[in-house]
Amino acid sequence: MTEPSTTHAIEVTINGKIYHREVEARQLLVHFIRDTLDLTGTHIGCDTGSCGACSVILNGKLVKSCMLLAPQADGAVIDTVEGLAADGELAPLQESFAAHHGLQCGYCTPGMLMSATYLLRENPTPTAEEVRRGIKGNLCRCTGYVNIVRSILAVAEANRARLTGTSAEGGQQ
Amino acid sequence: MTATATSTAGTRERTAPWSGQSVARKEDGRLVQGQGSFIDDLGMHGQGYAWFVRSPHAHARIVSVDPSRALAAEGVYAVLTGEEAKQMCEVPFFQIAPGAGARIEEWPLAVDKVRYQGDAVAVVLADTRDAARDAAELVDVDYEPLAVVVDGVAAADPGAVVLHEEAGTNVAWHGTYDYGDIDWALESADHVVRIDRLHFHRFSSTPLECNGATVNWDRGSGMVEVKSNLQMPMFAAMVIGPTLGVPINKFSFSSRDIGGAFGNKIAFYPQIAALALLSRKAGRPAKWTEYRTEHMMTSTHGNERTFLDIEVPVMGDGSILGVKVRAYDDVGAYLHYEPLGAVIWSQVVPGCYKMKHVRVDFTTTLTNKCPVSPNRGYSRMQHLWMLERIIDIVAHELGFDPVELRKRNYVQPEDYPYETPNGCVYDSGDLPRSLDIALGLAQVDFWRRRKQELGTGKGKRVGIGIGSTLDSGTNNFGQARIINPDLPFSGNGEAALAKLDLYGEVNINLGTTPQGQSHETTSAQVAADILNMSPEDVTVTVGFDQAHNSFVGFSGTYASQFAVTGLGAVMGATEKLRDQILEVGSFALEAPKEELELSSGTCMVRGDPSRSIPFIGIANLVYTNNAVLPPELRSTVDLNCRYVYVPPFAVPDAEHKTGNLTLTYASQIHVCVVEVDEETGATEIVSYAAVDDCGNRVNPRIVEGQVHGAAALGIGAALYETFDYDEEGQLEQPSFYEYHAGTALDIPDIQSGYLESPSPFTPNGAKGMGEGGGAPLHAVCAAIQDVLGKDDAVVSDSHNSSERVYELLHSADHHRARGVTVVSRPSADA
Ligand code: FES
Ligand code: FES
Repeated sequence: MTEPSTTHAIEVTINGKIYHREVEARQLLVHFIRDTLDLTGTHIGCDTGSCGACSVILNGKLVKSCMLLAPQADGAVIDTVEGLAADGELAPLQESFAAHHGLQCGYCTPGMLMSATYLLRENPTPTAEEVRRGIKGNLCRCTGYVNIVRSILAVAEANRARLTGTSAEGGQQ
Repeated sequence: MTATATSTAGTRERTAPWSGQSVARKEDGRLVQGQGSFIDDLGMHGQGYAWFVRSPHAHARIVSVDPSRALAAEGVYAVLTGEEAKQMCEVPFFQIAPGAGARIEEWPLAVDKVRYQGDAVAVVLADTRDAARDAAELVDVDYEPLAVVVDGVAAADPGAVVLHEEAGTNVAWHGTYDYGDIDWALESADHVVRIDRLHFHRFSSTPLECNGATVNWDRGSGMVEVKSNLQMPMFAAMVIGPTLGVPINKFSFSSRDIGGAFGNKIAFYPQIAALALLSRKAGRPAKWTEYRTEHMMTSTHGNERTFLDIEVPVMGDGSILGVKVRAYDDVGAYLHYEPLGAVIWSQVVPGCYKMKHVRVDFTTTLTNKCPVSPNRGYSRMQHLWMLERIIDIVAHELGFDPVELRKRNYVQPEDYPYETPNGCVYDSGDLPRSLDIALGLAQVDFWRRRKQELGTGKGKRVGIGIGSTLDSGTNNFGQARIINPDLPFSGNGEAALAKLDLYGEVNINLGTTPQGQSHETTSAQVAADILNMSPEDVTVTVGFDQAHNSFVGFSGTYASQFAVTGLGAVMGATEKLRDQILEVGSFALEAPKEELELSSGTCMVRGDPSRSIPFIGIANLVYTNNAVLPPELRSTVDLNCRYVYVPPFAVPDAEHKTGNLTLTYASQIHVCVVEVDEETGATEIVSYAAVDDCGNRVNPRIVEGQVHGAAALGIGAALYETFDYDEEGQLEQPSFYEYHAGTALDIPDIQSGYLESPSPFTPNGAKGMGEGGGAPLHAVCAAIQDVLGKDDAVVSDSHNSSERVYELLHSADHHRARGVTVVSRPSADA
């Protein structure tokens, strides 16, 4: 009488909102996000963890949400592309992707933005080489990455200016 | 002609004219927020989820298909087998091919036989994706494996196993293209360079979003609604309509955002037809989202072409007189859009060069592999690659400098419009200057010095290669008659609808299906210039919808033509709308039309802003207040202006295989510098430049994005991406794990430069662009060749992984084994 349960009750916080759901044990996190919660900004481009279209930030770490089961996310705090813009204002990376034509079809863009967000959180002023390494897990078939790298570097440049500005001020205190 | 050679897009200005400026994209607001509507984001009420049952064998007889276990599984609505699907159909899919190819019977699902790994034998509908997948495994199919043919040349052998018995052969098409007098040229030339074999490999652009559709066969009305990411939806409608017995006006095709396509989303109509029948059987909508492995195995691959017995007559001064070759195009197991690849290449018979004598003996063969369909650079890039290989091999063998040899043979700026041996007309360009700009951007002088310093034996070698290519756009569908003279196709066109809506809103509907090409933005730029308003105030409806009636038979987004056909239609429709607005304004303002002008959404008397009427007033008069209008206005003005742009084509001469096959010829000159590790063959691109000339650029930054994208896909194909089959017809790269799509670490920074040679043949001087002509394949191969010594191997394949480069480096064989011979007339040496 000890059939393993095929469903699990989970609690997940996504973009600051708490969700309680009963999920199938085998459901992929990406399907939970897209199909169960209807947060369709997170995309699917492969079935081998190779493309990064499904990238989200889970408990502060960049993950491919197709590589986790939904029950594994129980208790997790997750950021998806839908949470990047705040109070009707696009995040600097979103602005920069638009300004530098860092997207064409836009299908890789949510995953790319999450990888870039994570990269800049870890390292606000990466070099071009570091940017390329930071997004190497995200495929884009449209842009050749050139303008994506430009988009991210432009935000890094702004960060650099801000940081040096801050430290100069700090120095004066 | 204006010339610029900058790598960054222009600054954003805020005044008209909008065309020519890098205006911000209208698409980006939703896409950067994850608010696009891609195919898996869409669905229909009451839908079930479809899962195809696919063959593990490359070639087998279907002994039986038993769905009973699947039908008994929980959540399963229906299972449709190949035989059942056939019974529900009226005729097999229409074939483009004449003769043997025309006899091929293809139905929505495989019947009697499977012909490639992944061929669909049944499809399941269930209440969830997982239930459908589980049930698909419960469909019991009995196969009797058959012999397999995976080689496109061997498939033509009379003894080869035949895929389609009703055709009786694997040769789907054969024809000879013969221009000028190649026999004379070969006899008269100072040198004849012979190349035994060149092979253009199989790959595909593999858009990041796979195919998908939700299809509903409505029982009550008989309407078949298809939400899909097809990039040429009405082509699919025309193919499957007769098969399903559905008239075109009972279809309702639509699409929204499409996650890349590159030609790969033209031909998945068999799946659409199967889903329609499944929906009809189950009485509910069928939603299908292809998964990556399914896409790699079954969606589509690019044409794989083998060139045999190439002979090239060359004069002592380096003038190349022509080429003679036998080409075999391996198109896989079914003819989807094929055998059009057997003629599309002839848009660019001499490539960028003035050669006049060309004979191509062309054979299209069927093999037990995934069917091919258009893939960025479709059919032309294979031919152009061969020509570029020829140029470099000739240079290498006869001791010419590849830059000088190209410049000597290029069509020259003063030659335009230039008629090719088969009657195509190259519209404009400046190839020598493009090449100079590209060499500069790639810093070739620096790299030549470095190559000299390094030489060989120091661990690293440097190689420099050029790819000269044409991106022919706006094709004349009449070329299909060269394949099959009975086909009632010719010309081309696109439709647009410009309207003022009830409150004066400006709206454009298009027949196109953009997948990243920014049609909303560029259409708004063009319309805004005509209406003298901001593009921000012009709405362009997202996606295609048959219900808008803004389509023609050729509608879609493919083959480098939007800037001509799409924007030509937008211009025509918006000009009509402007005239109607002025007519109503003339009545309202009691002033002659000639004295009126439009400005920011109002119609006013020129120089007298006090006498003006806003667009909402114009709309009011026509839509909701028309009793005040004079009768002649009422009957002629509706503020709904449809225009079809039709390019000026004639029907080609099918017998002689001549005619003007494309309206515009954008050019792309690429320069690639590689550094190769002598010990391992590891090949790295250290400098890369692309110079594009697509006439007037409507939005330079968008053009640059297309140049980057085409370059990256070509570089990926040249070094990393290949679809290989083993002897049993099993695909060796069925996912992105094995199929190495280029990453941000693989694709180098790309320096881009521009020339603008306006096309004299288009409404706006623009040329279609975006496909790119496969220039990176040419340039990378040339660079690798340049790494090799005089007597080393010849780069004869379009795909060169580091392993293959290693082999090339370490196979310094004697002359004969290289597959190249040169025969010179005695006098030529004197
Ligand atoms: S969908 Fe997750 S890595 Fe591709
Ligand atoms: S923008 Fe299309 S895949 Fe990146």
